[in-house]
Amino acid sequence: MAKKIIVDPITRIEGHLRIEVVVDDNNVITDAFSSSTLFRGLETIIKHRDPRDAGFIAQRICGVCTYSHYKAGVSAVEDALGITPPLNAQLVRSLMNIALLLHDHVVHFYTLHGLDWCDLLSALKADPKKASQIAFHYSQYPLGTGADELKEVQKRVGDFAKQGALGPFNNGYYGHKTYHLSPEQNLIVLSHYLKLLAIQREAAKMTAIFGAKQPHPQSLTVGGITSVMDVLDPTRLAEWKSKFETVKDFVERAYYSDIVMAAGAFNKEDSVLHGCGLKNFIAHEEVLLSRGKYLLSSGVVLNGDLSTLHPINENLIKEEVTHSWYQYNDTKEIQLHPYDGQTNPHYTGFKDGESIGLSGKLEKSKVLDPQNKYSWIKSPRYDGMPMEVGPLASLAVGLAAKNPYTTKVAHQFLKDTGLPIEAIFSTLGRTAARCLEAKILVENGLQTWDSLVENLKSDQSTCAPYVIDKNKEYKGRYIGQVPRGMLSHWVRIKNGVVENYQAVVPSTWNAGARDAKGQKGPYEMSLIGTRLADLTQPLEIIRTIHSFDPCIACSVHVMDCRGQDFGEFRVDPSFARFDRGGQHG
Amino acid sequence: MLEPYDALFNNISDRLESLVALNAHNADKNIHEEMAKSGIERRDFIKWAGAMTATFALPAGFTPLTAKAVEVANRLPVIWLHMAECTGCSESLLRSEDPSIDSVIFDYINLEYHETIMVASGHQADLSLEEAIEKHKGNYILMVEGGIPKGTEYFLTMGAQARTGAQECIHAAKHAKAIFAIGTCSSFGGVQAAYPNPSNAQSLDKIISQPIVNVPGCPPSEKNIVGNIIYYLMFGTLPRLDAYNRPTWAYGHRVHDLCERRGHFDAGEFVQHFGDENAKNGFCLYKVGCKGPYTFNNCSKLRFNSHTSWPIQAGHGCIGCSEPNFWDTMSPFEEPISNRLIVPITTAFGGAGADKVADTVGVVALSASAIGIAAHALISGLAKDKDA
Repeated sequence: MAKKIIVDPITRIEGHLRIEVVVDDNNVITDAFSSSTLFRGLETIIKHRDPRDAGFIAQRICGVCTYSHYKAGVSAVEDALGITPPLNAQLVRSLMNIALLLHDHVVHFYTLHGLDWCDLLSALKADPKKASQIAFHYSQYPLGTGADELKEVQKRVGDFAKQGALGPFNNGYYGHKTYHLSPEQNLIVLSHYLKLLAIQREAAKMTAIFGAKQPHPQSLTVGGITSVMDVLDPTRLAEWKSKFETVKDFVERAYYSDIVMAAGAFNKEDSVLHGCGLKNFIAHEEVLLSRGKYLLSSGVVLNGDLSTLHPINENLIKEEVTHSWYQYNDTKEIQLHPYDGQTNPHYTGFKDGESIGLSGKLEKSKVLDPQNKYSWIKSPRYDGMPMEVGPLASLAVGLAAKNPYTTKVAHQFLKDTGLPIEAIFSTLGRTAARCLEAKILVENGLQTWDSLVENLKSDQSTCAPYVIDKNKEYKGRYIGQVPRGMLSHWVRIKNGVVENYQAVVPSTWNAGARDAKGQKGPYEMSLIGTRLADLTQPLEIIRTIHSFDPCIACSVHVMDCRGQDFGEFRVDPSFARFDRGGQHG
Repeated sequence: MLEPYDALFNNISDRLESLVALNAHNADKNIHEEMAKSGIERRDFIKWAGAMTATFALPAGFTPLTAKAVEVANRLPVIWLHMAECTGCSESLLRSEDPSIDSVIFDYINLEYHETIMVASGHQADLSLEEAIEKHKGNYILMVEGGIPKGTEYFLTMGAQARTGAQECIHAAKHAKAIFAIGTCSSFGGVQAAYPNPSNAQSLDKIISQPIVNVPGCPPSEKNIVGNIIYYLMFGTLPRLDAYNRPTWAYGHRVHDLCERRGHFDAGEFVQHFGDENAKNGFCLYKVGCKGPYTFNNCSKLRFNSHTSWPIQAGHGCIGCSEPNFWDTMSPFEEPISNRLIVPITTAFGGAGADKVADTVGVVALSASAIGIAAHALISGLAKDKDA
């Protein structure tokens, strides 16, 4: 008989996420539902404010991908006003983006996702000497895997476990049947897990050097950047470069080798070889290397067909709310383009039902109502189709685009693991794709730095002048690639203030509910067909969901307070004018 | 030597001695070993304790007590809840100071529940929370990140039973020894509570009735998060608070007071627009909207990410993120508040927001001479505008 399993909260993510699945008598997942259980409403809050403030509010969508929404908010307004920031500003923004991408990927694999692959307690049984030798199978110069160092790691965690007080590591799924790394391999990952705590601080500082702080940097402004003193200071530039080298070292000698190792250990584990039921991918170009030249490619790949790359048509991006706790007013359209997006909450709640409890028996629970509405996340569609976004999408698009940077790294990975190319369409592949994106970044990111240094020799401008004319209407958007995939922000400006604002974010694409046609989103599709080893320890579900790197605060949209009186909120256009040269928008 | 402080010194010593007598949840763990493992030497630790002592506005003679407080931190169980937020406060903590003493302390205390880093999910996560509350009844510290919807509880539910965020806060607060609202969201409602507050998000003190220490900032620095733990260990009571329940040791001075660009403010040297020659020279950012004169926090002293930088160093004004309702009262962020004294605008906030602040706080906060300088600079700026 079909049984329901609820996983809520999904921890080690950003935000509040609930997953419900239905399993058959063989413990195989036959249906899955993804639901966000938090609504905040930031897009509504941006409305009717000074367009220059949009980036600051949008940034607070998320404290993890903290820079992504800041840059998106500022860039969307620039696009609307027809501003091109000076090349220096574009390159500095790119350096900050490289820092965030690297930071996010290493933190995700070790802090958030790593313990889905690595059994912490099994590492205690390892032979550190043997582990030290094994590390050389995966890297010519392994990091943090000397026998003495590994012994120390083992003692540290051993002491922890002996006390029976595991603190944040309490109640993990230790000893689960789908863990496949040997004790020695677990010990290697564990050593890197601890090392990462220091590395991620360095990566965060890379953003802070030109960005003031991380999370929530504060050095972008409509027209460019404000950290001109840091940009013109050779010691600051050198500081960025040296931290880049530190992170590069970790990615190449620890992260990449661990992923190759995991790919080998898990290459017969059924629950990670699937997990990509939907093979539609969309990704956008990003990471400016030099004027007009980007590291990552744009495009659409359908049904896993890497031989054909379709260009992105922005008009085909739409969102619907059939199964989301919102409703569209005054329109017959099921799906709305983000320039005209609406976000009116319409909560219909949970139903009374039953699900498998901690004991393995059915217990009374609140359950989602999938016939009706069941999530605060909308369902974005491209040309009516659900799409996966993220590093796997970027990898697929890069291969289809014959992007030389992507192709080189992907082929090397397939050679190092012996996996066929189809293997990337899986939970394992999604986790690997994130590492490959980090590898592409560390191999090529210094081109951006070089371009900046070169350009500074003849050009020190960091901000473009502009005027916001309150008698004109503007609309603009940012589309780009951020750690979790393709991000777009859409803004309309009228009377000098924001008229409408919508963000279509990566985790919305991936975590969204099904649509009117019953088409499921990537999270839901990825779980169907997975067999669970133990219904009370749904590690396979968590591992697959984590492979997307969920960011749920990002994906929850905002309400449009229709009918509410916003009052009058004008901005004197002279406030926005700082150009003394008489230019006009 | 400490005469006026003798009684205080003795009180703290007694307090720490009584903590030593308590059971440590991880008796085998020793802070010095923990630090040694992270490459932090005793000397660095004492230096850090000295800096923290100074931050608490205590004389240097109290430094050994600050160090001692860290040593008994393993008597402290912590439950950290996530409400309507962006996780930026947790992230700030994870980026902790260099040497990473602050983060080691967080390793060292007993962080029983924290969704971003804990291993358990779903039912196992709920179990961890219940076990922690039960085991440490009356003895744990509760830290809450995020605003909480009130009267609209369905905007935030969690767990298989779909309990609401407000229920979870009330439940966890019931047996807490001390409660901290971490970040501007739980302190004051934060960004989701900005006009028109579509989810009716509220500060923690609107949800529970116990006394709360507010630790605002978007995000607060790791020092201000960890400092509160140390302070609590030393004094056993809530710190001295200002009118907004912020500890005065961290929020007692304006950002403006210790700003590295303060000299330029006093000299009337201002950045006129981002990217100009004055910006390259590091002039004062008041005219491009800096809210440092109206904002109480220690950022100008402690900075962020191991002292790497802070907004004013990066050439952007302070946006006032540790003040109540700053999203409404301090915006537009790239305009000086005093502009509105001269060019009044009607805001969406019915005049009770930004304009009001400019009238009252602004005038009070800025000294008469500073206002004179700012007004002079502003008027000359406007005159140039007219010429243009």
